[in-house]
Amino acid sequence: MSEEIIKDVIVGENEDYIINMGPQHPSTHGVLRLEVCLKGETVKYLTPHVGYIHRGIEKMCEANTYQQLIHLTDRMDYLSAHMNNEAVCMIVEDALQVEVPERVKYIRTILDELNRLASHQLWWCAFGMDLGALTSFFYGLRDREHILDIFEESFGSRLLHSFVMPGGLMHDVHPNFQKRIKDFIKYFRTKLPEYDQLLTGNVIFQNRAKGIGMMSRETAIGFGVTGPSGRGSNFSCDVRKIAPYGAYDKVQFNEILETGCDVFARYKVRMAEMWESLSILEQLVDNIPEGDFTAKMKPIIKLPAGEYFRRVETARGELAVYVVSDGNKSPYRMKFRTPNFSNLFVMNEIASGYKIADLIAISGSLDLVIPDIDR
Amino acid sequence: MNSIVEYFTDIFKGLSSLWAGMRVTGKYFFSPGAIVTQQYPENRATLKMEDRFKGEIIMPHDANNLHACTGCGICEMNCPNGSIEILSDRVANAEGKLERVIDKHIYHLSMCTFCGLCVKTCPSDALAFGQEFEHAVFDRSKLTKVLNLPGSKLRKEAK
Repeated sequence: MSEEIIKDVIVGENEDYIINMGPQHPSTHGVLRLEVCLKGETVKYLTPHVGYIHRGIEKMCEANTYQQLIHLTDRMDYLSAHMNNEAVCMIVEDALQVEVPERVKYIRTILDELNRLASHQLWWCAFGMDLGALTSFFYGLRDREHILDIFEESFGSRLLHSFVMPGGLMHDVHPNFQKRIKDFIKYFRTKLPEYDQLLTGNVIFQNRAKGIGMMSRETAIGFGVTGPSGRGSNFSCDVRKIAPYGAYDKVQFNEILETGCDVFARYKVRMAEMWESLSILEQLVDNIPEGDFTAKMKPIIKLPAGEYFRRVETARGELAVYVVSDGNKSPYRMKFRTPNFSNLFVMNEIASGYKIADLIAISGSLDLVIPDIDR
Repeated sequence: MNSIVEYFTDIFKGLSSLWAGMRVTGKYFFSPGAIVTQQYPENRATLKMEDRFKGEIIMPHDANNLHACTGCGICEMNCPNGSIEILSDRVANAEGKLERVIDKHIYHLSMCTFCGLCVKTCPSDALAFGQEFEHAVFDRSKLTKVLNLPGSKLRKEAK
């Protein structure tokens, strides 16, 4: 009986053996289906299938006003919700040529970095768990909770805070905001070395992460892999450095570049970025200028007819927003160039030739958020 | 000879790296420090959300059952999901002029994404965020709420 089944599946020696990983596989962190072609345990090639949670956010934006569509962008990359909001807000401010108060710029940049930290912490949890280290999951979430508490106190929600509006912020930050961030920086500086002791130095983890998923610099540029994944291949693509926005031109920070090109290099980039985020936060948190939390905006925003483009650095790479306006109060066309979409399609290139167990580590190292791919 | 040395250094390095991780977990096992876990369903009586917590939309009423909603419809217009419906009447006031009075301020919690635009844009501050977050119910129709209490009236501001 069982032999017959196997005979049915494996038709001949030269036929490809194709299995589906997902759409409900826990390591894909969402509904992503990878059609993996195997030769024994080795991946010959794989085809990602997307679209399981396509919600048509770009199309929905065309039916909403510029204030209303902010909350839709939260739902793309929900782990860097603030950066997504900020990209849309900045495009509106550019188009209307509104000068945003300094206070707003500082607070937005602080939130960017807090959000990036929270996102990298969650990635660290999940990456450890993908490779079988359950401890890292709890330690990462424990520290992430502190950031989410700061968010909850100031904006009322922990994950999807549509806190920025075109022209500024929805309301001013909580009086405790600065104090809590300073407490958090002090706290997290003592906890981050533990991450290294727990996972980075671990021999089992290193054996699994080193030397797999090689992505050359050419591949990264060719596929448009941005963010920490691209910087792990020595591809300088940090929008915060290339085209500073917010208060990034007022702070000193390094763009983290690694030359290892493998899973471990991408891991090291993210770990180093956490330290950088902490130092950016430290430089900004004491210098928030006094002032209004929003610029004067008309209640109904109409962009002048034309095309507008803006890009920001989310926790996963470069998010670019492109708006075509015909002068009405909602956009004629809105296009998001999301980082995860490009990062996903390099999978075939970098996972072919490695074992199927390495596929989990490789997809974890790209830090994919599936709603951002499908949007 | 070299490979033998390498072999044993690898074993030693591996064991020391495992020990480094075990030391961290061991430290927390014997001295956990501040316990951050909340015993959620048990601590319901003492659980206090943040002041700005975005629970559900509520319409605050004062002791005389008066609210501040004039029925202008700005929240309905600003809602991206159509989760607010306002049914209003025109009622003659004391001077014989027709005045808009809300009949029902209907709030569909099932469609709400908690973006906060209605609370932000309300010109008379009639709406606010409540602290309630346990929204699970067995019947979908319970998620459609009428925000103005029965018999409530518009608060007339002394001018």
